[in-house]
Amino acid sequence: MVARPNIHVKSKVAIVGAGLTLFRRRMLETPRELAWEAARMALEQAGLTLRDIDCVVVGSAPDAFDGVHMKGEYLADGAGGIGRPTVRVFVGGGTGVFVPIAAWWHVASGLCRSVLAVAEEKMSPAHPHPQGVFAYIWDPILERPLGPNLIWIFALEMRRYMYKCNVPKETIAKVSVKNKRNALDHPAAQAAAKITVEDVLKSEVLVWPVQRLDISPVSDGAAALVMVNENEARRVTDSPVWVEGVGWTLDNTHWYNRELAYPRYVNYAARMAYKMAGIERPWKEIDVAEPYDPFDYKELHHIEGLMLARRCEAPKLLEEGWFDRDGELPTSPSGGLLGVGNPIAAAGLMKVAEIFWQLRYEAGARQVKKPVHKGVAQAWGDLMQAATVVVLGV
Amino acid sequence: MGEPRLPGTYLKEKEMYQLPGIVEHRPDAKYSFSAGQAVSRFLEGLKQGRILGKRCPRCGRVYVPPRSYCEYCFAPTAEWVEVSGEGEVNTAVVSYISTFRERLEEPEIIAVIRLYAPGYTGKKDEYEFPGIFHKLCGVKPEDVMSGRVIGMRVRPRWKPPERRVGSITDIECFEPVEG
Amino acid sequence: MRVALVSMGWSGFRPSVEELSFREMMFEAAMRAYEQAGIDPRRDVDAFISCQEDFWEGIAITDEFAPEPIGGVLRPTLTVAGEFLQGLAQAYMMVKTGYFDVVVVESHAKPSDVESMRGVFEMAFDPLYLRPLKAPNPHFLAGLMASAFMARSGVDREHLAMVAVKNKSNGLYNPRASHSARITLSDVLDSEPVVDPLTRYEIAPFSDAAVVAVVASEEAARRLTDTPVWIDGVGWSTEAGTGSMAWHDLGSMPSMRMAATMAASMAGISSIMRDTSFAEVEDRYSFAELMAAEEALTGDALEAARMLENGDFDRDGYYPVNPSGGSLAMGVAFEATGGARLLEAYLRLLGGGEEVEAGAERALVLSWRGIPTRTSMAVILSL
Repeated sequence: MVARPNIHVKSKVAIVGAGLTLFRRRMLETPRELAWEAARMALEQAGLTLRDIDCVVVGSAPDAFDGVHMKGEYLADGAGGIGRPTVRVFVGGGTGVFVPIAAWWHVASGLCRSVLAVAEEKMSPAHPHPQGVFAYIWDPILERPLGPNLIWIFALEMRRYMYKCNVPKETIAKVSVKNKRNALDHPAAQAAAKITVEDVLKSEVLVWPVQRLDISPVSDGAAALVMVNENEARRVTDSPVWVEGVGWTLDNTHWYNRELAYPRYVNYAARMAYKMAGIERPWKEIDVAEPYDPFDYKELHHIEGLMLARRCEAPKLLEEGWFDRDGELPTSPSGGLLGVGNPIAAAGLMKVAEIFWQLRYEAGARQVKKPVHKGVAQAWGDLMQAATVVVLGV
Repeated sequence: MGEPRLPGTYLKEKEMYQLPGIVEHRPDAKYSFSAGQAVSRFLEGLKQGRILGKRCPRCGRVYVPPRSYCEYCFAPTAEWVEVSGEGEVNTAVVSYISTFRERLEEPEIIAVIRLYAPGYTGKKDEYEFPGIFHKLCGVKPEDVMSGRVIGMRVRPRWKPPERRVGSITDIECFEPVEG
Repeated sequence: MRVALVSMGWSGFRPSVEELSFREMMFEAAMRAYEQAGIDPRRDVDAFISCQEDFWEGIAITDEFAPEPIGGVLRPTLTVAGEFLQGLAQAYMMVKTGYFDVVVVESHAKPSDVESMRGVFEMAFDPLYLRPLKAPNPHFLAGLMASAFMARSGVDREHLAMVAVKNKSNGLYNPRASHSARITLSDVLDSEPVVDPLTRYEIAPFSDAAVVAVVASEEAARRLTDTPVWIDGVGWSTEAGTGSMAWHDLGSMPSMRMAATMAASMAGISSIMRDTSFAEVEDRYSFAELMAAEEALTGDALEAARMLENGDFDRDGYYPVNPSGGSLAMGVAFEATGGARLLEAYLRLLGGGEEVEAGAERALVLSWRGIPTRTSMAVILSL
């Protein structure tokens, strides 16, 4: 493992603008248009134009969703990549938080002064149902013949977590209740709602223990960030938000050959990012977090992986209101994927954007109650394998 | 966030399919995957009703399903080992939907089976273990929900030899070991 | 701080590698690279980059299969949904941040696993403008490009054929060039065009292959090898999105020029032709080599054609272009194609292997992602 704090890094990297489209089940705009809308908004917030951008990093999860092979090339013009060094990075569902990580090294290397980081996802073109697309994520020889549904693996993981940590479904459902409630204040939100634990428990059972309201919805949407070096940051804004640490890890493909109750890959990625940021006690030093929550139990799982709670302790803290917007350590104040929606890569980048807005006190009704100086955003992907972590600070 | 009104135009399902000029495209993407050295032999074994794995000469980990290399030591795996197929249910769920999210008439029980392997300590809290992802039969959904199946001893129920083709589905499912 | 290639490994480069899965091919290539560098990937590598695209693999989220075969399990491993050389550029930047010492870049291709190549290419075409055309052969775009290139530049049909003759015979000296042949100009010109004006000799076939490179900081490189090959510059550029091909000029490829200029300026050289001794460039279609020579080397297509005709681009010429035989002889290996160009330039610079002469000191590597993209990458290597 690389074991150095970021004082060795050539150039400090700041986020100076963020943009977001609505997240919705079906959108009129093409993927390129969605990317453009988010990119334009991020540039506007930074007070820059495309001319000021040196390089572009594009992120989008499986090509099969938009139904476009080489999707990075397809999105290039909408993302502002024409005539520029443009690259698409990909770590499955973790891509959204990975886009700013790749953008970070574009700037930190000294090669680019300014980078537009864009994530887009359009899941609506696939029919009869986008879940069919997930048939192709499995090992073609050892898993696909069983006719798996994507939700199987999450259900298996959730069941294992419930078993190892002795967590009832009622507790896990509270994540869904919290995030959907938080999302009521988010202008992009698709699935914001005032619901109760009973609503979750009464919703359609898909793959027990996973029910309809345990899952984030299928969405279209895009998000973008403008990231610049220190000189540029000081020139364009009085309130840059610094990328203090980045980390990512990929675990092995054979998810059924390891313990699922604890996400060690999240832990490894978090340690890498914290080390870089000089954070030794994340549970004390992190003020606000956006852990990845495509399923409600995932937020608890990831809180533990991020070392914001001890193993099996997250459910208890959740019950105490620790993670509420006015709690000790607010998590998913945006409303997360459960509330705002889940256009995969765009949803991850939305989480980084939320921490950016929180640290600038620009989150409006979503602003957490406690004072904030440092925040962490995290996403997860692949077959319970990929973790991407970004630590931001002011 | 400055703008309360974000860009994007929402469509209802009916509206989407009524858009002028909507292009329908059915992908024509077909592949024939090479299983490779390790998995080919594993599939051959299934055809004969045997479950094969490979052992890493350096760390001693047993891989079921087999790999040609140890992912932790980055060394080629050498020795083949055969496991009985018996093991314990690590986690299990009840699926009410198909791959394409249609409702199933009969729910299926899906599980991760942690296999007993020779020379493997089998200690309860090991993070890694030889295992298989498959279906369970002979247990009820209630047993999954109550947690009774977790830790249950199971073994493969094989298809009759003449119906085996060298696929993971040569095992029909895993069923409880009586007694 | 300079950045170096410490070692490179490969596997395959045959039309069909049936006995190995793509994962086993990755493992073989990685083993070779790590052995040469004398490193243990589980301990000595700070990050791993795999370059691949879902539809080439037939797996959605192919990233899932990236870590195990290259030693990247539980380590910082990522996928670049792009070309090997784009991945190399990421590795270059990661090392330049000062935070990573050793980064591994991998790419592989198993086109022999793809049963419906036409259908897969079609998925890359814009769904609204190009797919409804139902083109019977995806290479039609390359045919249009070749015609537009000739019409704009005045380069002759024969010049395109000469590229095929040169590269197919160069490959006879390269053990990785399975598609080599001793052919004549009339073999090419007299055969039926596949997509007018390109004949089957001028469209590179596919190969199964895997390529792995170990990239390191100057300090680490000096520790690991006596013969680092320096990455003096990298460049990559996208000139148009695949959704706007219908309006794009097909007869030239500015992204090649932009990528080469970026790499050259990073390397501090003003004339690539003068300051490098040979080039491994894009040639998955015959015309592409002349286009690459124009955009990156001569600035003038007719000049490039004249040099080709004079034998200047031959293996033993004044400025060898694709002395390895290029993609026409080695085959297109999806996103590893640029990696193959880099591998050949790397080996030639080292003078390693009986088929390669030593003596060259600096080389240009240039690749394009192929149809329907307008993305190109360039690297300047030096000994």
